[in-house]
Amino acid sequence: MNGPRADGEALRLEAIHKSFGKLEVLKGIDLSVADHEVICLIGSSGSGKSTMLRCINLLEPVDAGRITVRGEEITATGVDVNRIRRHIGIVFQAFNLFPHMTVIRNVTLAPMEALGMSKAEAGARALELLERFGLADKREEYPDRLSGGQQQRVAIVRALAMKPDIMLLDEVTSALDPELVAEVLNVIRELAAGGMTMVIATHEMGFARDIAGRVCFLDAGRILEEGPPERIFSAPREERTRRFLQSIIEAGRM
Amino acid sequence: MGAGGGGAPELYELPPGEPDPGRGPGILSGLRQEGARGVLIAVVSTFVVAAAIAFAVSRSPNWPAVKEAFFNGEEFRSSFPDIAAKFIRNVEYFVVAEVFILAFALLLAVMRSLSGPVFFPIRALSILYTDLFRGIPTILVVYLLGFGVPSLSLTGVPSSATFWAVVALILSYSAYVAEVYRAGIESVHPSQAAAARSLGLSRWKTFRFVVIPQAVRRVVPPLLNDFVGLQKDTALVAFVVVVPEAFKEAQIIQNADFNFTPLLAAALLFLLVTIPMTRLVDWLVSRQRRRRQVATAL
Repeated sequence: MNGPRADGEALRLEAIHKSFGKLEVLKGIDLSVADHEVICLIGSSGSGKSTMLRCINLLEPVDAGRITVRGEEITATGVDVNRIRRHIGIVFQAFNLFPHMTVIRNVTLAPMEALGMSKAEAGARALELLERFGLADKREEYPDRLSGGQQQRVAIVRALAMKPDIMLLDEVTSALDPELVAEVLNVIRELAAGGMTMVIATHEMGFARDIAGRVCFLDAGRILEEGPPERIFSAPREERTRRFLQSIIEAGRM
Repeated sequence: MGAGGGGAPELYELPPGEPDPGRGPGILSGLRQEGARGVLIAVVSTFVVAAAIAFAVSRSPNWPAVKEAFFNGEEFRSSFPDIAAKFIRNVEYFVVAEVFILAFALLLAVMRSLSGPVFFPIRALSILYTDLFRGIPTILVVYLLGFGVPSLSLTGVPSSATFWAVVALILSYSAYVAEVYRAGIESVHPSQAAAARSLGLSRWKTFRFVVIPQAVRRVVPPLLNDFVGLQKDTALVAFVVVVPEAFKEAQIIQNADFNFTPLLAAALLFLLVTIPMTRLVDWLVSRQRRRRQVATAL
């Protein structure tokens, strides 16, 4: 999993199926993500966006299908999940910062305990990232003293501290007050500009249009339609996509 | 905590160390809001009630006999220093037992929290243990081990009854404390573990750095409650051990002097330790509640 592959493919999903009990959430997902590509997943709640991201991070085992990261099949049996996850960062809707740790400890924990970095080395890396995202003065604060936007930026920094090859963002602005959304989106824009490979589940259509190289519309556990954002947003081919986008416009969210 | 003021007018600042008035079930409940007038009413009504009880008791025809047997000032003065000296042993038993209980119970709770079919026997063992020792009266365990094991004179095994009585306390209380820990572990939201695992931390490191610290913090008040129980139950050691601790010493003096006052002296010593612990629990509980309120107010 070191370095980009010659064919430039960062991630591949093949016929991914996933059920929770009798509920089939993913009904055969196929997707190929190139290095430095930014993919936005759109679709209504329950369409399978979050589950898809959690499967890529191996937080949910898939029932069938293959996931390949830079040529290595991560869904194979006997794979060291801890090693795989170190290369795939995920940020959650509800931040999930560790409330009993300061910001700096949140960020240094995994580099120290999963990568075996020294405290000094991990601290320096963390501080550099916190500075880059305007959070250096919060390093000794506990998460519950920060605003939602700050907490989510810390969560992104925490994932970045592992120097992941791919970042998965699961509706990272959905739990935020509207005035705090922009600061988080700007962080993601910066990551995209820096060439980070990302798969982003989002309800922010304007943002998706700006940032995505490709947009995938998920409906009932399938990728119903995908393409460049200009085409998906202005000339969707599928009736379901049109209806979804219409409902978003009616809700005043685009 | 000063940040909570803005949105919630009822969250006024409290001096550190003060119990939370009006919110918890504290004894000072409602006093502070009433101000000086409330305090005056409380003092007067307490005085009236106390006087009424004192009057009723002292007018009872049996009071002189009871006073002589239980509240003998002379007896109290002469026995208290001896009993207090022996009470050091109770504190020792308590401290030694508590250290082992905290560690052993955590191990039991972690064993029980392991998921997956591979760990079934370990889980089952932990469940069996807690079921067993929560179901047996502590005094019975003290008897069984304190009398039983030394009588076997096994080689390589300590034969001191004190040792085995303290072991009995450890075994018995660990079962309760393990359940307290488990409640704490289960109260940590799964998303916390997911976040840690997603960063590549192993299952064990996730437990150690993320789940257990949060769990333990949450269960400090109930843990302290069990501390209070254990401090009291150190008196059970007296049933199998010849070397007297406070209760035994009080019994010895009681038998010699035909007077129950020494037992009350022993009771007082226990209260001197357990009441501050109980108040500490109340204070911690109200502080936790206040912190949560501040957190939601933010």
